Amino acid sequence: MDTNSYIAKIRSNFPALNTKVNNHPLIYLDNAATSQKPQQVIDAISKYYATINSNIHRGVHFLSETATEIYEQTRQKIQNTINAKFSQECIFVRGTTEAINLVASSFGQKFVQQRDEILISVMEHHSNIVPWKLLCERTGAKLTIIPITETGELDLTGLDALLKPNTKIVAISHVSNSLGTINPIKQIIQQAHAKNIPVLIDGAQALPHLKVDVQDLDCDFYVGSAHKCYAPMGAGLLYGKRAWLEKMPPYQGGGNMILQVTFDKITYNELPYKFEAGTPSVADVIGWGAAIDYLQQLDYAIIAQHEHDLYAYAMQKLSAIDGIKFYGKAKNKIGIISFTLENIHPHDIGTIANEYGVAIRTGHHCNMPLMDFFGIPGTARASLAMYNVNSDIDQLCWVLNKTQQIFHRHQK
Amino acid sequence: MNIDDLYQELIIDHGTDPRNCHVLNNANHEFEGFNPLCGDKVHVYVLVENDIISDVSFTNKGCAISTASASIMTEILKGKTINAAQDIFKQFQHLLTSEEAAGASLGKLAALVGVRKFPSRVKCATLAWHTFQQALNVRENHG
Repeated sequence: MDTNSYIAKIRSNFPALNTKVNNHPLIYLDNAATSQKPQQVIDAISKYYATINSNIHRGVHFLSETATEIYEQTRQKIQNTINAKFSQECIFVRGTTEAINLVASSFGQKFVQQRDEILISVMEHHSNIVPWKLLCERTGAKLTIIPITETGELDLTGLDALLKPNTKIVAISHVSNSLGTINPIKQIIQQAHAKNIPVLIDGAQALPHLKVDVQDLDCDFYVGSAHKCYAPMGAGLLYGKRAWLEKMPPYQGGGNMILQVTFDKITYNELPYKFEAGTPSVADVIGWGAAIDYLQQLDYAIIAQHEHDLYAYAMQKLSAIDGIKFYGKAKNKIGIISFTLENIHPHDIGTIANEYGVAIRTGHHCNMPLMDFFGIPGTARASLAMYNVNSDIDQLCWVLNKTQQIFHRHQK
Repeated sequence: MNIDDLYQELIIDHGTDPRNCHVLNNANHEFEGFNPLCGDKVHVYVLVENDIISDVSFTNKGCAISTASASIMTEILKGKTINAAQDIFKQFQHLLTSEEAAGASLGKLAALVGVRKFPSRVKCATLAWHTFQQALNVRENHG
């Protein structure tokens, strides 16, 4: 099967791609915000609610035992996907945001004090800024920032000086959500570890596109969201090295995270349950398992090559558009394309694109400090997934030219 | 209603070549409005003398809709009484959230009627007006 037929087959698994928008076929280019879900995932969620819906853990009845088993199987699938050493190192949370808040809160409570420092970068998503800023406000610690270059890459020339004796953690994105830059996280982790500083990697944009091996990276924490990986919203991952997770206090209290409760003393449950208080989003975790199964039966080599070629095609076609300016020109990047058109605000581009069925995201992409760095209020962003095809790019280019016509007609 | 109704000639004109788009040094009311959803900012300056808006201007960072709306607003408000201005704002808000046709008193503002079919953009069209209202509420600056 050639690549085109292979991708066409993949597309047919994603029913939302058949949606019509304003009588035009949907061209979905907002995958960095969330990916569409294959029928296999939708079926798994539906089947869970239709046949085994129940609360997991401690149930002695059939439904609860079955749901628990599939839920825990998903943990192992995720462990395999990221090559974690132990399945207990994989904590289910609602998403990347909750995972970072968990670490900032729990790790912060135990290890961060006044005058300590937390190192992040200019290109972080608000979810990898605000939890740390809140921690700083609670403790009197200070946020320090790795700068970036005009090409949208981390400027690591001063990294050694930024890794100070009082730096308690480094939190950095694997892939930038606005720029698509793949950061050299392995190098950062090695440099930080040379000074015994742990590193959290925000993998929200990397997990859908890159093979992640947490043991090879040797990161201390790795976080991500299911919904960007063709899986449901409402499930996410906190991977943490067991040694850290064991030292950290619970994040939320409630059911499932305890072994014994009296009014005098509480004994916490073991990992991973210590960090999974209350009823989790069981259906979404199970749906995530189905997404992993779905992805596993695909040919990763074909998809990786397709995503690479599609990005190259997009850049070639988009570069020909008058007045287009790209943000994020790293050599090593994924198919996230941020751009502006001269004298046209991104929101106007987005509204006109939508009129013709093209879904792109416009605005600051939860990267206000990054937009400030470039001196712009926002960008238009097209983000690619494995099911996008060259004709999607052609339609995007057509609509950008149309936008220019609308804006420039009165200047004739 | 389609995209050309939203981006009419008049909107593109005011959106790309806005009128009264400058700082007003002798303003006695001013306010900076912000739309956190999109990051758009508008700073509205008003000179009120004897209950009459003698001059009004703005500076902004925003889309064509919000820029055009601010530009047309300044044209319309100049010379109006505060009460008349409030009345126009009410009519304008009603225009964007109802199905009714624009009244004659709205003048060029009627060109923004297309926004009502684009709910995510209504805030763009009203940002300058809300900011104008806030500016009036801010105590007169005698500095």
